Amino acid sequence: MYKLSLEFSKLDKKLREKALKAVDKKALYGEDVDLDRYGEGEKDLSSITNLNELDENERKALTDVGIQEENRSGSYLQFDNSVLLELQIQEGIEVMSIFKALEKYDWLKDYWWNAVAVDQDKFTAYSQLHEPMGYFIRAKPYIKSEFPVQSCLYIKSGGTVQNVHNIIVAEEGSELDVITGCAVGEKTEDALHIGISEFFVKRDATLSFTMIHSWGEGVAVRPRSAAIIEENGTFFSNYVNMRRTKSIQMYPTAYCVGKNSMARYSTVMVAREGSKIDIGSRSVLKAEGSKTEMISRAIGLGGEAYIRGDIEGEAEDVKGHLECRGLMLKDEGFIFSIPELKASLQNLDLSHEAAIGKIAEDEIFYLMTRGLSAEEATAAIVRGFLNVETKGLPKALDEEMRKTIEASLSSML
Amino acid sequence: MLEVKDLEVIVGGRKILDGVNLRIDPGETCVLLGPNGSGKSTLLQAIVGNPTYQITGTIFFKGEDITQMPTNERIKRGLGISFQHPPAVRGVKLLDVMEEMHGDGEKIEEMAERMGLGDFLERDLNLGFSGGELKRSEMVQLLTLQPDLVLLDEPDSGVDVENLELIGEVINEILKRSSKPRFRNRSGLIITHMGSIMQYVKPDKGFVMLDGKIVCSGKPEELINQIKKNGYEGCMKCIN
Repeated sequence: MYKLSLEFSKLDKKLREKALKAVDKKALYGEDVDLDRYGEGEKDLSSITNLNELDENERKALTDVGIQEENRSGSYLQFDNSVLLELQIQEGIEVMSIFKALEKYDWLKDYWWNAVAVDQDKFTAYSQLHEPMGYFIRAKPYIKSEFPVQSCLYIKSGGTVQNVHNIIVAEEGSELDVITGCAVGEKTEDALHIGISEFFVKRDATLSFTMIHSWGEGVAVRPRSAAIIEENGTFFSNYVNMRRTKSIQMYPTAYCVGKNSMARYSTVMVAREGSKIDIGSRSVLKAEGSKTEMISRAIGLGGEAYIRGDIEGEAEDVKGHLECRGLMLKDEGFIFSIPELKASLQNLDLSHEAAIGKIAEDEIFYLMTRGLSAEEATAAIVRGFLNVETKGLPKALDEEMRKTIEASLSSML
Repeated sequence: MLEVKDLEVIVGGRKILDGVNLRIDPGETCVLLGPNGSGKSTLLQAIVGNPTYQITGTIFFKGEDITQMPTNERIKRGLGISFQHPPAVRGVKLLDVMEEMHGDGEKIEEMAERMGLGDFLERDLNLGFSGGELKRSEMVQLLTLQPDLVLLDEPDSGVDVENLELIGEVINEILKRSSKPRFRNRSGLIITHMGSIMQYVKPDKGFVMLDGKIVCSGKPEELINQIKKNGYEGCMKCIN
């Protein structure tokens, strides 16, 4: 049990009551998951002091999702439900387990389940009722992270529910870059990841969050995340998933509550045979002059992909654009693009464009007349398709995204 | 340099080329004239190996039979083409293809600047380019590739006078037209509809194509004058 203040305990109790009412509430999207099938995995693995203490396979899995020793402003590493590493490197940037943070900062009660509703569905309810582990990352006011802070969520044991609840705060005027890599042990066949992430972007702050998913074919993944963005704040959410994964369903939401706040999503995914992927991006523009942009790319390789997008304009002078492109590389499976726009007043500008197609033969021929082989031309087109513009993303993170994409290119063609 | 023998090409079930015979010698630049739909573009694309074409007959390039060769292998051997309507390739930058053809970054920038495309290197290939920009982009790519046989599909269509002069200058440079004829080793085959490129590039020979066949060859100026005077109907009467 967490050692919480009296007041926090009261809140916790209320949240539990709410959660209890939602334990059987199915998620709106995605296939249902039988939660009783899973145990809690390892809760007491011993901590490490550096990544070299991991075995070779684990280290490789981590490297593949951008986790490294050098050039990071902080590190958090969680295997199953055990914290292996919590490392603060840069002054002014806090990185610790959520467990420690809840004990240290009583004010976290104002953040805990503030962006995401505890009774959203059975997954949020499960998380609250089963004492989640997770991380707390915070940039203090006007601090800029020199390097990205990294976190890694890794499932080691089969049959595990990895239950994660994270809180990330970019305080006023700060600039915080976070990269999260999610991976799974080679032999981990059947597992479930529940990840609650609540982001708070304060006035004039910028938070960029890059998530690289590399789950396996036996893993069901149910992240539940939301961001609250205050005046002039900017939130970048970048997501890559190139691997076969049993199922992923998520629909992160950005609430632009401050004047001129901004949320930008870039999503890149591949639906391989046997994968059921249902990924959305939602922005609720609640304050004057707030903006959002969403760019999604999906490749159909025999799996099922739903790409959702939703922009809701609720204030004067807001602007939102949603762009979704799909590329079918096989005749099996499907890509289902579902863009939605909702406006509740006159003075706003919301738009979307969606297109799904195949690789055009005339483009391949054209590139071949420039000396590329048919394979090189196809790779160049697929690479170009996936290289979404990651405006505002720090170089290091941009490179991680591209590296992940590049590494999986050959397996797609 | 190039010899095409009894070439028949079927595109989408329709016979477009019907027994084309053509020979271009080293150092020789030829124009290919003919009405719309006569098969001129098909001939050029067949020479570089458009994979959607069904082909019979033979294409020799520098003495080698290239009829069944993949396009990029033909390019390696010294063929180059500019398209009349190049497709836009999203996500692939002009710089990417130029680097693929020629590793020297500094030279690439210099060539792009010269063609007024300095700001286009980082842009997606042909995406949102204007008519003139497309032609200049095709030219800068050929400048990078430096092919021995240059196939140009209407380099002069939809181009204003200033652009036309620049394009003409570049074609002459690639074909080394300023060298004395016996030192020229590059060859060219230029499709032109109205012959406006001939103000700047002076070809050695002209061919007229009608209904998928080359029906006539001769001095380019004379051919174009006849066509301007009597139209392609005149050609048809002449051959029948």
